[in-house]
Amino acid sequence: MKAYDLAELAIRNLRESVLRNSLTTVGISVGVASLVAMLSLGIGLQQMATRRLVRSGLFDTVLVTSRRDLRNFNRGDDTTNAPDPAQSPVLDEPARQKLEQLPSVMEAYPDLRFITSFTFEDKPHLTMVAGVPESYKTNDAFEGLQGRFFASDTAPEVILQKTFAAELLGKTPKPGADEVPVAELAKPLLGKEMTMRYAERVDAADPDGSGKRADGAASDPIRATTYSIQSHELKLRIVGVTDLDPDSMRGAARARVLLPLKLVQSLHVVQPNAMRDTTLAASNVPTYSSVSVRVKDPAKIQAVEDAIKKLGFNTFSILDATRSLRRFFTVLDLFLGIFGSLALAVASIGIVNTLVMAILERRREIGILKAIGASDIDVKKLFFAEAGVMGAFGGALGVALGWTIGRVINIGTNIYLRRQDMAPEQIWFVPWWLVGGAIAFAIVVSLLSGLYPAARAARLDPVQALRYE
Amino acid sequence: MTTAIRTENVCRHYAMGESLIRAVDGVSLEIPAGEFVALLGTSGSGKSSLLNLIAGLDRPTSGAVMVEGHDLARLSREELAQHRLRTVGMVFQSFNLIPSMTVIENVELPLRFAEVERGQRDGLARAALDQVGLGKRLHHRPSELSGGEQQRTALARALINKPKLLLADEPTGNLDSHTGTEIMNLIREFNESLGMTVVMVTHERALAEQYAERLIFLADGKLVDDQPNAASVGTPARGGRV
Repeated sequence: MKAYDLAELAIRNLRESVLRNSLTTVGISVGVASLVAMLSLGIGLQQMATRRLVRSGLFDTVLVTSRRDLRNFNRGDDTTNAPDPAQSPVLDEPARQKLEQLPSVMEAYPDLRFITSFTFEDKPHLTMVAGVPESYKTNDAFEGLQGRFFASDTAPEVILQKTFAAELLGKTPKPGADEVPVAELAKPLLGKEMTMRYAERVDAADPDGSGKRADGAASDPIRATTYSIQSHELKLRIVGVTDLDPDSMRGAARARVLLPLKLVQSLHVVQPNAMRDTTLAASNVPTYSSVSVRVKDPAKIQAVEDAIKKLGFNTFSILDATRSLRRFFTVLDLFLGIFGSLALAVASIGIVNTLVMAILERRREIGILKAIGASDIDVKKLFFAEAGVMGAFGGALGVALGWTIGRVINIGTNIYLRRQDMAPEQIWFVPWWLVGGAIAFAIVVSLLSGLYPAARAARLDPVQALRYE
Repeated sequence: MTTAIRTENVCRHYAMGESLIRAVDGVSLEIPAGEFVALLGTSGSGKSSLLNLIAGLDRPTSGAVMVEGHDLARLSREELAQHRLRTVGMVFQSFNLIPSMTVIENVELPLRFAEVERGQRDGLARAALDQVGLGKRLHHRPSELSGGEQQRTALARALINKPKLLLADEPTGNLDSHTGTEIMNLIREFNESLGMTVVMVTHERALAEQYAERLIFLADGKLVDDQPNAASVGTPARGGRV
């Protein structure tokens, strides 16, 4: 029998006992819906986690340090093969440019940080300062920022971390007490000025402080490594207070005051590593303690890391963390899928039941079909087609239902999040492959359920079937 | 004259609990092509069982059933289905139409199994219905038809694949005598004009004598008498063939 005849006859037969077949189809759709809802939540959560991590800048960032800096992140990492730290390249401006030119690298910016003191309303405060590149503007790190981001990369502006803002206002949180909301902290601070005191490095050959040395300086290494330190003050306007910790990768060295990176660079602040590098006579230009390399695509991070290692630097990224995250979500999806499939398994029993009932009811009809020339295969195909049609309808209905359930859960979650003063999140996502896969899965399960009834119908003896009135 | 049907010592035994039912028990007969044969006997004599064996609905326990040169006992289930589809057409006492389908859909049904193109089916079905004199009510369901109309539909369905054999199991059993006569006249017409071999099971001897050329009597599964129909000798339509 041709496929369209089969489909037509199957649908016609299903319409004959419309209530029973509809109920069976609804059973399948509930099964598919639970599967789709479970998996869409699993996928949504995974995407949310990935999105968050990507936007946090942690996923696509490689932290590069010089091997001279004995602060090695990967201590166990084939240190035997690595060149002697004293022979390895220094991390200075030319090195940074070289890193920036590596394939798949978006930008490489130096980590400039120093401890210094600020004066706010005549009170001194000591804290860690860090330069923040312009690209952080689009970064998740400043989500929930009160005020605004720096107007330009050189603007004399400052963004405070919440704890430092609290310190400035003398509102140091007591343990156990409720945290003061950022907005409350930001209100009295935004637009105010504070004064930063800093130590500028002035190279001896470059007394105007431009950072450039006079011609011929390179030929005289002793002269080149001579510099003096001058103390300066700079007035900065507070433009923002941030709740999150944009510098979270750094652990203990986290900054609580953030300045535009270009501004920090132009100040030539003495870096903590300057003294050491001078003593080692490693470089006659300022060196960086570390450089952050941002990769265009998080998938390329391993390749970039390898390339940087070949240049002779140490690297650190949280790639391993993402790997285990992916494994966690695979297991989670598997479990959600199994629980979602349970309902479908119950529904498949419904299909078997419906079709076996249909055989009993249509015994005579099967006999007639055989008498007028239907083969066993024709009869088998017909029952198969009926199971398949129920599966297809149930699958389609189930995807719609599952989509709705997922959406409702998402909306409910967001209402809850908003009540908790948190930003809404998309925790549910139905990709196209899930739509297609769920319908295909429903059809396959239905066909499998149809195996036994179809075989039983095909085996029916036409003489026996026609004998009963 | 070619042989349409030949059975050789054919048996069909059923196990019914402890006892063995010999529905057909060693029947040997030969029916030439184009003949109109009546199988007569009381109920339980095995006449329907023999018809089912010829139709390929059932397989013999032993012996051979040769139809149009094929030994049905040796055919696969699939080949038997093809035999039922293309070589034989069947009509039953209870019409056996599919209740959920209209007249024309019922008649078209064997064409679906024969994988005839969709576009041709309607024309073929209408032609077959014309042959049985049913030009109206084609879109009615069987339950909306009279017994005669239902049997005409069943006849059209039996003829649609142009089989060589028409097997009828008590075709007038559920009809009044007037309608029964109409149906029998149609069957005789197909036998004569299309040259179809007709095997009709009946327990009405009068009916058999009125239409059949040959009467075969069965009792307890055995062939007890096989005679030309004396009453039909000299019927002009028979052309002195008997």
